[in-house]
Amino acid sequence: MWGLRSYIKPYWKYVILAPLFMIFEVFFDLLQPRLAAYIVNHGVLEHNFTVIKQTGLLMIGVTILSLISGVTCNILASRASQNFGADIREALFKKVQTFSFENVDTFQTGSLLTRMTSDVIQVQDLMQILLQRLVRSPSLLIGSVVMALLINFKLGMILLATLIVLVAVLVLLIRFSLPLFRAIQERLDQMNLRMQENLAGIRVVKAFDRSRYETERFTKVNHDFTNVSVKAARFIALNSPIVTLIMNVCLVAIVMYGGNLVWTESMPVGDLVAFVNYVVQVLSSLLIVSGLLMNVSQANVSARRISEVLAEKPSIDTKEQHAVTSLPVRHIQFDNVSFTYPGTADSHGTVLKGIHLQARRGETIAIIGSTGAGKSTLVQLIPRLYDVTSGSIRIDGQDIRNIPVKELRRRIGMVVQDTVLFTGTIKDNISFGKPDATQAEIEEAAKIAQAHDFISRLPDGYDTMVGQRGVNLSGGQKQRIAIARALLVKPSILIFDDSTSALDLGTEKRLRQALHSLMRDCITFWIAQRISSVMNADQIVVLENGTIAGIGTHEQLLNHCQVYQDIYRSQFGEQGMPYVKGS
Amino acid sequence: MSREANQATVDLTQMGFQPGGRFRPGEVQRARSKNTAETLRRIWDYLKLQRVSLLVVVGSTVLTTMLTLLGPYLIGKMIDDYIVPQRYEGFMRIGLLLLGIYALSAFFTWVQHYAASSLSYHTVRDMRQDLFEHYQRLPVSFFDQRTHGELMSRTTHDLMNVSNTLNQTVVQFISSVLILLGSVIMMLSLSLWMTLVTVLTVPLIALIATRITKFTRTFFSQQQKQLGVVNGFVQENVSGLKIIKLFVREAEVSRQFQKMNETLRSIGIKAQSFSGSMGPIMNSMRNLSFVIIAVCGGIFAYYELITIGIIASFLSYSNQFSQPINQLANQYNLLQAAIAGAERIFEMMDEKPETEAGKTGLQHSIKGEVVFENVCFGYKPDVPILKNVSLHALPGQMIALVGPTGAGKTTIIHMLTRFYEIQSGRILIDGTDIRELDKHHLRQQIGMVLQDAYVFSGTIRDNIRYGRLDATDEEVEEAARLANADAFIRKLPHGYDTYLSAEGGNLSQGQRQLITIARAVLANPAILILDEATSNVDTRTELHIQEAMKKLMQGRTSFVIAHRLSTIREADQILVIDHGEIIEQGTHEELLKRGGFYANLYHSQFA
Repeated sequence: MWGLRSYIKPYWKYVILAPLFMIFEVFFDLLQPRLAAYIVNHGVLEHNFTVIKQTGLLMIGVTILSLISGVTCNILASRASQNFGADIREALFKKVQTFSFENVDTFQTGSLLTRMTSDVIQVQDLMQILLQRLVRSPSLLIGSVVMALLINFKLGMILLATLIVLVAVLVLLIRFSLPLFRAIQERLDQMNLRMQENLAGIRVVKAFDRSRYETERFTKVNHDFTNVSVKAARFIALNSPIVTLIMNVCLVAIVMYGGNLVWTESMPVGDLVAFVNYVVQVLSSLLIVSGLLMNVSQANVSARRISEVLAEKPSIDTKEQHAVTSLPVRHIQFDNVSFTYPGTADSHGTVLKGIHLQARRGETIAIIGSTGAGKSTLVQLIPRLYDVTSGSIRIDGQDIRNIPVKELRRRIGMVVQDTVLFTGTIKDNISFGKPDATQAEIEEAAKIAQAHDFISRLPDGYDTMVGQRGVNLSGGQKQRIAIARALLVKPSILIFDDSTSALDLGTEKRLRQALHSLMRDCITFWIAQRISSVMNADQIVVLENGTIAGIGTHEQLLNHCQVYQDIYRSQFGEQGMPYVKGS
Repeated sequence: MSREANQATVDLTQMGFQPGGRFRPGEVQRARSKNTAETLRRIWDYLKLQRVSLLVVVGSTVLTTMLTLLGPYLIGKMIDDYIVPQRYEGFMRIGLLLLGIYALSAFFTWVQHYAASSLSYHTVRDMRQDLFEHYQRLPVSFFDQRTHGELMSRTTHDLMNVSNTLNQTVVQFISSVLILLGSVIMMLSLSLWMTLVTVLTVPLIALIATRITKFTRTFFSQQQKQLGVVNGFVQENVSGLKIIKLFVREAEVSRQFQKMNETLRSIGIKAQSFSGSMGPIMNSMRNLSFVIIAVCGGIFAYYELITIGIIASFLSYSNQFSQPINQLANQYNLLQAAIAGAERIFEMMDEKPETEAGKTGLQHSIKGEVVFENVCFGYKPDVPILKNVSLHALPGQMIALVGPTGAGKTTIIHMLTRFYEIQSGRILIDGTDIRELDKHHLRQQIGMVLQDAYVFSGTIRDNIRYGRLDATDEEVEEAARLANADAFIRKLPHGYDTYLSAEGGNLSQGQRQLITIARAVLANPAILILDEATSNVDTRTELHIQEAMKKLMQGRTSFVIAHRLSTIREADQILVIDHGEIIEQGTHEELLKRGGFYANLYHSQFA
């Protein structure tokens, strides 16, 4: 939590004032038993009605003051915590916007999301607790002890001694129960895994008729979890009886010893009554504090997770380099490019090795190879979603690392493998890269992407809502919208990362024909699985285990490249291999 | 005075049980059950199984509560009867009695917690088990309509709710009511007038509490809603970060976020300020009642209507009395939420299971002749998916199903395995209508290899053995050899004992598929279904898998669904499906010659 202190700084006034008002509240609350004792001692015992009346009015006054302090504290603490939470949320969001994919990969998207949503709520709640309840209970605790000591030092010492014993017992109990919680968590994970896998693989379960077997396995983990939980719960069940018992023993001791003091040292009876009240107060405060500490340790984990994100350095420097005056993108060159996923120092993480290739405007480079060969990684280096590990990529002779990222990316239109659309209309989605595009431009892009027809058939046309709560589009339809989105920015470099996989062959063919004129003015990278999709490219790059196994035209590769021949054979069969047989 | 005492006990007893699952007012209020009586009756059915624990819980709760109430009474007695009149004899005895009562109370509290945890965990265990077993009986259509994340949250979150409620809330609810009643009785026995004075503040507290809750609830739901909007935005934009960066939209997106976040900030401050004021206000109410008791007590004592000890007792009771009132409302909400959760679980359990299986067992060595006669099917009765599908597969034949996505290929397969029930027509295996067959027997005769190559966490050996549980290690390895999987498995550091993480993350898609093929080999079914088994792998890996599949298909009737036509050229029959109908049927050569849909498809792939 300490790591996030800079986010609470702007609200330092609240942070100081809120606890202060809380201490006021506690102070006023603690006065009440004291005043009640006054009524008994001086009003009832001394038979003085005026004292009862005046003290009563004073108590009401104190109640009102306590109310005002409490409400003020809450308002101040709310402002501090809500602002704190909102600022952190914003800082996180902005931070993540600067992340490269390397950064995202280190955290995993799911974990990033938890950090940005529930973890923020956790620390925000903690701030509220810190400023309010975690001030109140310890203050009540300390205040009660102080008041008790003030009333009667000897009785107070009994209370203080009990308190020390109690804290020790609580610490011990918590220490012993922690391993139990870990054991429960483990069993819970196992049980959830069984259930999760059963549900995810339900077809396999049914196809192999393994319901009975699955049930047996589940019964086992279910019983395991239950038994461990019950065991732990029974141990934890000791907690509150032990704590309460110790406190009550203390109470009895105080009443009995206090009785003695009334007789021998003529301690006022009213003081004893007040003292009993303070003891009860101490007990409940102690229980609350120990409960709150659980919250704190939980939220601390959240705070640490948030700090990790905020401390992460964007691995791709997006600072504005000397602005490029012109970048016509006539030529692109990969010069001995290698890429290793960060954090994997060994050869295992090497995805690309010694890649050389170049292309001019108007050319199409197709990339083919097995899954995991590094095709997607290769094209992701161009918009600097990742930076090369060694070697360089040059556009018009300039290393892309010297081009401001935004300038670079504005020139690239990329359609990625898994289509992501955002909540909004189809129009919003297509014009994502160019929000000021006209309807005509949008429709033109959609036409080339073979999306116009199906969009016009939708009830709301281009204004149809997609994404969460929107209409369900098929995979192919989404892909075509994503293609239109990339085309609209009129990129100089066009990248298709296996992004026609959900299109049927006819549509893909029409798409390629429509793209033809557009592709004359750009450099196109086209990743595909099917030989039929790549064979017309100017150059075909065959990737195998991160290296180029062959590069050339379809005919050249058929003659010389073993891997390409294999792929060809796998798609067309033996009889379709006239070239190889002849050579 | 001790505003959150009981709540803290709750935190103590459940610490860590439910990471992050703290009670938030907004969520609980949303959850209301529809048919409380019926749900309670069904929860009761489960509780009945834990009769002993239940009795112990109720009994010990009653005892604990009574003992708790005796405490302040005796303390008052000690002051009045011994300390004030300076009576020495018997003082020690009553002190020890008090001590004994506290010890007993602690003991019964422990018994109560002990039994309550047994009760809740065992009850929920039984519910969870029933739910799981019910899942096993549900038809595939049920799982098609829901994500397994949704089902998981039902079983974990809702059951956890029920469990916590049984463990804590029920006990607290009982003791709150008892303490309330007991306090009143004890107070009445001490002084009628003081009781009236104390009870007087109750309606006031209740009234103010409900007013404030009503008022703050609107703010809370607003905050909850806006939080949902913000979190949804975060979710979408972090998942789509790649696109945002590629299209250089970071600034714009950040601006949008800032706007939403500002709204959330101001709503949040309002909601928290108002709802948080509840604490101090209730605190003041308690202070007020304390003041009234002290002052009135003082006046009554002044006129010697009551004693000082009674004032002391009442000051304690005022705490015991106001706490349960505050908590009853909260506990009621929690109970409601748990009942709603239980109701959702029961709803799941009420989902109709797969149609009862027939009784006839198949002969052990079936030939594998499959006949579809005018099979019709639709998920909804009025929207037909399959229309009059008829086919005849001879034993050992390979039948290929081709056609566009959504044409109904997979649906046909699901008819055969009875994942779905046909609406009309019939399906025969070796001349027997499959509806007359025992479903388990039927599925034992059918092996499936599916597109997603699902593997379970566990060793490779276990995963293959899933096909036939009593297979020996030799048989498992033999199956792997047949499936072309043996070679790569042996190269792994731990061979067949390599542990696969959940969903097989440490193997490639192709390797996982080979394992599922080995699984099917081991099951040794008479009928085999290969549903897009190689769609997710590249064409060279496909070739490798296909070799394995070819061996697997030998001597079995097999149904193959494939996107890539190269894989099905050798099929004995190719059925071209479109819009739920068989539009062409024949061998590869026949269909090519015909020059119809298939020929077009083929040429477009190989042009």
